[in-house]
Parts: sequence; C-alpha cells; structure tokens
Amino acid sequence: MTRKSDNPIVSLVSRIISPFIMLFALYVIFHGHYSPGGGFQGGTMLAAAVLLIRLSAGNEIAQLQFKKDLGTILGSIGVLVYFGTGFLVMLLGGKFLDYKYLAKILPVSEVMARSWGILFVEIGVGIAVMGLLVAIYDDLLEGDPL
Amino acid sequence: MKTLDFMLGHYAYWFTLALLAIGLYGMMMKKNLVKKLIGMTIFQVSVIIFYIAGSSKWGGTVPVMDKAIDVADSTKYINPLPHTLMLTAIVVGVATTGVAFALVISIYKRYKTLDETVLLEGMKKDSDSDE
Amino acid sequence: MIVTSNSPVLIPLLFLATALLIPLVAWKRNWLAWPVTILASFASVAISVFNVFLVIQEGQPIHYYLGDWVPPIGIEYVLDHLSAFVMLVINGVAFLVLIHAKQIVSRELPGKEMPYYAAAVLMLCGFNGIVITGDLFNLYVFLEISSLSLYGLIAVGEKQSPVAAFRYLIMGTIAASFYLLGIGFLYLKTGSLNMADVKAILPLLGDQPVVFIALALIVLGMGIKMALFPLHGWLPDSYTYAPSTSSAIIAPTGTKVGAYVLLRVLFFVFGLTYITRMPVPVTSVITWLAAIGIIYGSIMAIAQKEMKRMLAYSSVAQVGYIGLGIGLANPLALVGAVLHVLNHAFMKACLFLVAGNFRFKLGHSNIFKLSHSIRKKMPWTMAAFTVAALSMVGLPPMAGFFSKWYLALGTLKDSNWHFLVVILVSSLLNAVYFFRIIEKVYMKPIHNNPVENEESAEPVRDEVGSSMLVPTLILAAGLIVLGLLNAFIVKGILNFIIPAGM
Repeated sequence: MTRKSDNPIVSLVSRIISPFIMLFALYVIFHGHYSPGGGFQGGTMLAAAVLLIRLSAGNEIAQLQFKKDLGTILGSIGVLVYFGTGFLVMLLGGKFLDYKYLAKILPVSEVMARSWGILFVEIGVGIAVMGLLVAIYDDLLEGDPL
Repeated sequence: MKTLDFMLGHYAYWFTLALLAIGLYGMMMKKNLVKKLIGMTIFQVSVIIFYIAGSSKWGGTVPVMDKAIDVADSTKYINPLPHTLMLTAIVVGVATTGVAFALVISIYKRYKTLDETVLLEGMKKDSDSDE
Repeated sequence: MIVTSNSPVLIPLLFLATALLIPLVAWKRNWLAWPVTILASFASVAISVFNVFLVIQEGQPIHYYLGDWVPPIGIEYVLDHLSAFVMLVINGVAFLVLIHAKQIVSRELPGKEMPYYAAAVLMLCGFNGIVITGDLFNLYVFLEISSLSLYGLIAVGEKQSPVAAFRYLIMGTIAASFYLLGIGFLYLKTGSLNMADVKAILPLLGDQPVVFIALALIVLGMGIKMALFPLHGWLPDSYTYAPSTSSAIIAPTGTKVGAYVLLRVLFFVFGLTYITRMPVPVTSVITWLAAIGIIYGSIMAIAQKEMKRMLAYSSVAQVGYIGLGIGLANPLALVGAVLHVLNHAFMKACLFLVAGNFRFKLGHSNIFKLSHSIRKKMPWTMAAFTVAALSMVGLPPMAGFFSKWYLALGTLKDSNWHFLVVILVSSLLNAVYFFRIIEKVYMKPIHNNPVENEESAEPVRDEVGSSMLVPTLILAAGLIVLGLLNAFIVKGILNFIIPAGM
C-alpha cells in the first residue's frame, strides 16, 4: 500500500477520476438542503478522493498532494468553523446555534439567515470529516515497515 | 394464519434480532480480536436497521418536498427524524472502529499476536515479571 | 451578560473549544498544553459554582432551548439541582487532578502531552454534556464522546493497557448500543425524545411490554457503564494499567455519570409509580445486585497486592453503595446515594493521587514493597492517605460516615435489615484492607532491625513537589470539611432533588 502501484491502468484511471470525485463531493455538501446529502456524506467522499491517490500512487508521492500532518489540523479547523458559527450567534445576543441572529451581519432576511447558517455548519462538518478520515488512515499506516 | 401474518408483517424486526444474535455470538465466541470487532460492528448495524425500519410507512416517499403533495399533509412522507439520528450513530461507529484499530495495532506491536488465549498468557507473564 | 444568560450550555462548549484549540496551539510546543487545560478547567469550576447559586436562587429548574426551538421539536438543556450539583463535583475534582497531572504526565508520557490533555478535556466535555442535557439522544452523543476519549486515555499506560482498553471498548460500545436500542423503543411508542415530554406521555400508554423492554435495555446499558456487579468486568484491568492521572480522573467521575443517567431515567423519565407496576421489580433487582457487588468488591480488594488494583475493586464496592441507594427508592436513600457521589469522588481522587505520588517517587505502588520508612520520607502523602482511608471506612467526622448514615437510614425505612447488615459488614471489610497499609507503614519501628541494611542512616524527607502535594492535601482536607458541613449540603441542595411522588 505504500509503494506505487505497478498496474498502469490503475494509476491512470485513479489520477483522472479523483478530481471528479471531489467535485461531486462538493455538490453533495452544498445540496444537503434539497436532496439527500449534507456534511458527513460529502466529507466522506472528499476523503475517498484523497485516499484513492494514496492507495494507487504510493505514500511518498501522495504526500506532495496532501501532507501527512494536515489531517489533524483540518479536522480541528472544521469543528472550529461549526463551533465558531454557534459562538458568533451567541455573541450577537441569541442562544447557541440560533441562526436567525446571523441576519444582523449578513444582508439577508431572517428566514434565509437560517439557511446560510446551516450551510456554514455543513461546510465545517465536511472539512472536519475529510481531515479526520485521512488522519486515521495515515496513523494506521505509520507502522508499515515498507 | 394470524401468526404467519404477524411474522411476515414484522420481518424487519426479525432481521434486527438475527443481526443482534450474530453480533453477540461473534463477540463472545471468536478468539481473534479483529473478529470480535466485526461482531461489534454487526451489533451496531442491527440497531441502525431497527431505527430505519421503524421510520418507514406504507406508500411513503423520500422526505424531500414534492410539488404534487399538499404542504400540510405529512402522511405521505416517511419520518426523517430516525434517519438523522442514525447518521450520528453511523459516525459514532466509524470513530469507534478507528480507535479500535489503533488499539489493535498497539496490541500487535507489544505482543506479536492477536489471538485472545495467547494474549492472556502474555499478560499474565507481564504482570508476574512486574512483581 | 453572555455568560449569565447562556450559562447552562457554556461548560460543554468551553471544553469543546479547548479540546479543539489544544492541537492548534500546542502543535510543536508541547508545554503549552497544560496551561490551556488548567485555564479552561478553572473557568468551568467558576461557571459551575455560578450555576449552583443560580439554581438555588431560582428554586425552579432552568430550561435552555438550543437554537431557540421549543421542545419537543428542539433540544433543551435542563439545569436543576441534581445536574448542577453533579456538574460541580465533576469539574471540581477534575480541576484538582489536572493540577496534579503536570509533573507525572511529563514523567510517564514524555512528548505526548498534547494529545493526552486534548483527550482529557474532550472526556470532561462529554461528562458535562451528559449531566446537563434534557434530551435522550443528545445524551447518547455525549456518552460516546466521553467514552471514546476514555479509551484513548486508558490505552497509553503500561504494557498491558491496550488490551484492557480494548476490552473496555467492546463492553462500552455494547452498553451504548443497548441504550440506543432502548430509546429507539421509547421513541417508536411515544413519538418524542425529550425527557419531560416522555414522562408526560408514558402514563397515557398504559401497561405495554415494549416500554418495559425499553426500561430493561436502558438499565442494562447504564449498568455496564456504571460497573454494577456482574457487569463490572472491564473495571479492574482498566483502572490498574492506565497511567496515574487517567485513573485519578476517571475513577471519581466515570462511573458516577452512569449512576446519574440511571437516576434520571428511573425517576425523572419513567417515574416511581410507573416502575412499581412493572412485571419484574427493577428496583429490587438493582438493590440485590448492588448488595452482592458491595460484598464481592470488598472481598476481592483484600486479596490484591498492588495498590491501584485494590482501589479498583474498592470502586466496584463503592458504586454498589450508590446503586443500593438508587434502588431503594425512598428519599433518605436517594439523598445518601447522591451525597456518596460527592464523597466518593473526593475519597477516590485523593487515594489515586496518593498512588500517583508513590509511583512518582518510588517507581511502583505495590503494597508489600512499601517500606516502613515511608512515614518519614513522605509524611504528608501518608497523612492524606490516612484521612482518605478513615473516610472510606466511615468514621465520623469524615465525609464517608455521613453518606453511609443516610443510606443506613434509607434501608431501615422499609425494614430491609439485610441491606443494613451488608453496609456494616462491608465497612468492616474496608477497614481490613486499608488498615493493612496503615499498619505496615506506621506501626513498625525503623531502627530496631539490625538485619535490614537498606537504610542505615535516618531517612530524609523526600516528599513530592508542591504541585503534586497541594491537590492531594486539598482533597484530604476537603473530606473533613465536607463531613462537618454536610448538613448544609443536604438542606441546601439535596433536599430539592427528590422527585415528586416519593
């Protein structure tokens, strides 16, 4: 798993498909309101796109695309985005996660402010899930002697 | 005839029971640690299937707003709340599996085996040598 | 203004933010992890004290709606006397243990401070969330948050600790799955996940086997988390092989949270009148299992050689006291059980910190290897140990006596003489295994053995540093203070937690 794959079909196809998987994952995150989807599902697909390159191209080359330490940091940043949205609402005077107070800083009505609040939260969850799944994979692979 | 009706009508719950039993059997009877983990995952999956089965309705559709159905009528949509609860439960299962595999790797590094009986002997030898 | 109006939800959020900030701040600089943790813990203690005074002043439970959605549509956090009290106990004990943790974590786990403190803070976030939430599924989420961090905290100890953590992982996940299945049954029958709402709907359903199965599953799940007698198998190995700080922070708080959930579900969701109509008497089963657990834990503790293992079996016995108080289901026993939560937290934290001090100075905590010159080398540590041991046995005026007194009065109410005998016999058994250590250390003279040539000179004072000694002494002194002030605690807070109908 840490060496580059010998099969040329696998290398080529995974390199072509991986950006499209990321694009579809972004679509799934952003359309969580209107169709099945949302933060966790999109985050898992983003992680799958990154892990596909790690599996097919070997560990050393994949580090150039997505460094090893970045997983934990992205995980923390993602959950902080979630927490930050709720905390911002608390600073503006409402209860935790009461998105209609976001209408005070964004130029939208109160009903749409709730929609924007959920969108920010879903983006935070997506980033966090991607970072953490890649971090779990990297940690489990640390002891591999190859 | 009534019992056959009852059994066939509640087939989802019989599946849940069967998966629960398989999961418990795997955890208790298998000696390898990874097989115990698989048993635990099957156990968690059975609870998830129970919730999803409990949320379905006859003739219901996906809970995304449909123009053909009246807005105030909620009997045509299946109940979405257990689905969201189970999303959380799936995430919890993933995280638990991640932690469990990290523990399995740590155990393998120290004891060079994943078999439970050999592990218990190794632990006893370790605590005897600590005396 | 933000703090006062949002105070119920502030503590889990504070710990969550800290747990996320620690990896970002202390990424390459490990020494920054401990100050951030202590700051967050101190803030949480301050907010917990504020919460207690707020609840006493209001008199009524305070409801906080997350996102301003009214329950049963939304999730609410309920701050009443019981939750404020248990939150204060958890945060206070955790703060003192975390002060002690600085030196011993850098000795036992060099270079790993950042993930360790982040996991500890996440675990505290989970415990606080369990205590304060008013929604059944939110409780499951926080239960899993705290459990996963717990497994991580236990697994970094000695050589056998990953196996103990693995066993605890399997059993803990089964417990949470049983709990989830139980609230699934409740949701399908009542249609709501809010605790107060389920309590209102349940009497309208009448007697249904589904509700009884739900109660049985929840009691089973929480019994595993609480280490009630036959379900305690994960506890001795986990507490023994974990690092010293992990044992000291988990033992006073982990099982108590399970007991708290059991209390909530039995008396505040199902209600006493509903429980007594069940086909199988759930409360009697809990009391009998707890009583057997008390005797079993005390006897197994006598047979141990290593101090932490002995304290682990002693924990099984003490949680049996709390289970006995919950199961007896009358006001005095309930007051005794909740008071024992407070007392046992202080006693066990003090004892595990003493074991940590021994490991720091001597490298081990084996009872038979403790030489009798310890009373000259570490006098303050041994004094704290003696105070905590006397409190565990139950001698007045230490705090342990008063909780056992209330429990004994509770057993007398319905003429349950057998449980009174169990309490008295177990106190005697506690005396056996604690006084064994006290006798070994204090009663033997130092200079009368010409055969032993280990110390030929007068043993010098070799006490641990003040950052480790001061929390131990504060906990020990706190036991005496709590014992003298227990009337105020009972009259001020604990009298109000008794649910209506007892």
